[in-house]
Amino acid sequence: MINSGDTAWILMSTALVMLMTVPGLAFFYGGLVRRKNVLATMMQSFFVLCLISIQWILWGYSLSFGPDKGHFIGSLAWFGLKGVGMTPNADYAATIPHLLFMVYQMMFAVITPGLITGAFAERMKFSTYVIFTLLWATFVYDPICHWVWGAGGWLKNKGALDFAGGTVVHMSSGISALVCALTLGKRRGYGREPMPPHNLPLTVLGAALLWFGWFGFNAGSALAANELAVSAFIATNTATAAAALTWMFIEWKITGKPTILGGATGAVAGLVAITPASGFVSPTSSIFIGAIAGIVCYTAVAVIKLKFAYDDSLDAFGVHGVGGTVGALATGLFAQKIINSAGNNGLFFGNPSQVGIQAIGASATMVYSIAVTFVILKVLDLVMGLRVSDEDEVVGLDITQHEESAYTLLD
Amino acid sequence: MKLIIAIIQPHKLEDVLQELDKSEIYLKTVSNVLGCGRQKGRTEVYRGRKETGNLLKKVRLEIAVNEKFVEPTISAVKKGARTGKIGDGKIFIVDLTECIRIRTGEKGGEAIG
Repeated sequence: MINSGDTAWILMSTALVMLMTVPGLAFFYGGLVRRKNVLATMMQSFFVLCLISIQWILWGYSLSFGPDKGHFIGSLAWFGLKGVGMTPNADYAATIPHLLFMVYQMMFAVITPGLITGAFAERMKFSTYVIFTLLWATFVYDPICHWVWGAGGWLKNKGALDFAGGTVVHMSSGISALVCALTLGKRRGYGREPMPPHNLPLTVLGAALLWFGWFGFNAGSALAANELAVSAFIATNTATAAAALTWMFIEWKITGKPTILGGATGAVAGLVAITPASGFVSPTSSIFIGAIAGIVCYTAVAVIKLKFAYDDSLDAFGVHGVGGTVGALATGLFAQKIINSAGNNGLFFGNPSQVGIQAIGASATMVYSIAVTFVILKVLDLVMGLRVSDEDEVVGLDITQHEESAYTLLD
Repeated sequence: MKLIIAIIQPHKLEDVLQELDKSEIYLKTVSNVLGCGRQKGRTEVYRGRKETGNLLKKVRLEIAVNEKFVEPTISAVKKGARTGKIGDGKIFIVDLTECIRIRTGEKGGEAIG
């Protein structure tokens, strides 16, 4: 039975999640790179929106949500959206057209590979990026999405809680991002030459658009315009604010000055961490989850990354991989049945076993993402090469990959 | 004729312009430049990572003057730009062999003023 209020809200949420990739992520990442790479960086977000929109319609949705095959992946029975129509699918959302659920999920599939681009910014060959994205979406995102959210998926059957994609979206992309950063290696001159962000106002704009779009991501994941959506909306905003504040106060204490880049980064870390928990936790729990995310992600980005000297250029791993893991585990601590009867209680509410289930989900996502991403990268390295030439890297990707530049010298 | 090139702190530009106005020196070219002298580089912190740049933001003034304006120009720039701290900048004076006003074709001292 289609409900018009639910349908209206999910239509709106779908558009909000689309906004997160372009312009949200495009601006967030675009401002962080050097001026010679800003268009190439924004292009990666723009392109993934176009590419996965088609992939999802043809086979992505079917692999993720189609009829279960061995609890591991969906079958190709829904290839080209065969059999996916206006009639609601009660397994997923009983009050909105099945096609609406499909397109809402499409926007999640779009942003996930987009997040990885932060790890190999300023050095990835564009042609290889296109193939990588297509393979990664098909062989990493689609299966993990099926495990957690697909009817019959093994993690769903186990009772793993992931409201809006902490493991599916952020852990899968963030962990894969680390594999990319390690496999591609550092940017030329990394650690020797200064590489400051070229336009922080773009980054702040991007972060704000991500925050805004994230209401569709999390509150929309209620898949209805109901109390749960309201609860998730508040949890999202609360954790984000707490994480941003935490990050800025840490900076104030450690480096002497709070920065807006720190605020923006902390906000995104909070958004990531609250994602899996948003439909299961109270507003006060959200403050804790945000604060923990701020502390842990700051440590990952400002301490661990520098210590191990890998070039996760825009901190895709430090924010999404680490923040996603924090969120997946925190869900097992702070979840409450009182907030969402379809969920479960966490450790702090009398159910210690939930943490274990969350840890299984997180570890499985981690191991699988690392293995498959590594294989894809190795094959592509042999076949087409992952990095641009040294000379192209120095000149910049805007000119060498796309033959255009963002800022002209005159006029 | 001399060409006076002054490299100054960006935040002293307004003061220098005022001093030049007071000395009735109105014609100049101003540009943003990067440079370094004895002043140490500047450190900015992004996501906990220190970025130390060798080059600092400076402002460059180029003023072409006839001989009798050389000293007033120098003292105006000195007065406006000086703070007494490292990094105040430098003034370079070079001989100017010719100056041509494009609109009228006037040359030399006539063209400068």
